[in-house]
Amino acid sequence: MARFTVRIDVTHKPGILDPQGAQVERALPALGWSNVSQVEVGKSIHLVVEAESEAAARAQVDEMCARLLTNPVLEEYTAEIELAPAEEGAA
Amino acid sequence: MTARVGIVVFPGSNCEMDVAWAVETLGGEPQLLFHDEENLRGVDTVVLPGGFAHGDYLRTGAIARFSPVMDAVKEFAAAGGPVVGICNGFQVLTEAGLLPGALQKNAGLRFVCDTVDLRVETATTSLTLEATAGDVLRIPINHFEGNYVCDAETLARLRGDDRIVVRYVDNPNGSLDDIAGICSEGRNVVGLMPHPERACEPVLGSGDGAVMIRSLLAAASDWAEREQPRAAVS
Repeated sequence: MARFTVRIDVTHKPGILDPQGAQVERALPALGWSNVSQVEVGKSIHLVVEAESEAAARAQVDEMCARLLTNPVLEEYTAEIELAPAEEGAA
Repeated sequence: MTARVGIVVFPGSNCEMDVAWAVETLGGEPQLLFHDEENLRGVDTVVLPGGFAHGDYLRTGAIARFSPVMDAVKEFAAAGGPVVGICNGFQVLTEAGLLPGALQKNAGLRFVCDTVDLRVETATTSLTLEATAGDVLRIPINHFEGNYVCDAETLARLRGDDRIVVRYVDNPNGSLDDIAGICSEGRNVVGLMPHPERACEPVLGSGDGAVMIRSLLAAASDWAEREQPRAAVS
């Protein structure tokens, strides 16, 4: 078994409102940054999964996203999966 | 007979007593059911009330759908039992897959707290049996994520099968097709964002919600008459 660190980036599907992003986009010009567009506020989920292989870890992450971590009606996601560095002081 | 109304209490639910009051006032018998119960204690209908189940963590309704009681609710719904989700309860029903689509944040990033006009679109669901299609009811709303959304195919199905139960007369939140509430294919599961239980007595500003709660009590009694004798035999 190996440990994999997983970073899941959850964003809104095209066509789904992102009122937080829209609000931030309206606020930035007030501070002088008038050259910013396409602001989106999503969420980031970090976790560690123990699995036989990266492929097995990815399959599990996909299933976790489908069943709990995201709502496929509203959201889409990308997941970055890397072999975790050995834990310091681990027995 | 007196209809027994199960009201599911999740950690963070906050409208269960409003529902219980409305049910009692209109002649039903409320029964609180806790999120970790595995059976429904023989109630004749189930209401998922408003609030912030499990703190709305992750997404509204996302954690609540895994509560042990939800398996029993799903079974009850699949058997044809009347189930109603109000506000947060509607969000739980969509997350649990008992109703299609989802509730996204309101257009304009505004929490809306108001009393609005709702048009009854069909009188053949467990929440509208005693109403008439075309009736306009004054009902309070109180939500941040009430903007109904679904894909085009789902919307076409909801329209084609007459499953849009109530529409906003003046859309307050950007909801697709002015949808305020929908029902399942079997018409026994209904979810809506507005709060009929808070509008069951004129002294509260509107008595228009009473027809919905009375409909639910009638649906519950119908269900009990059909199902309880069979349960007693088996």
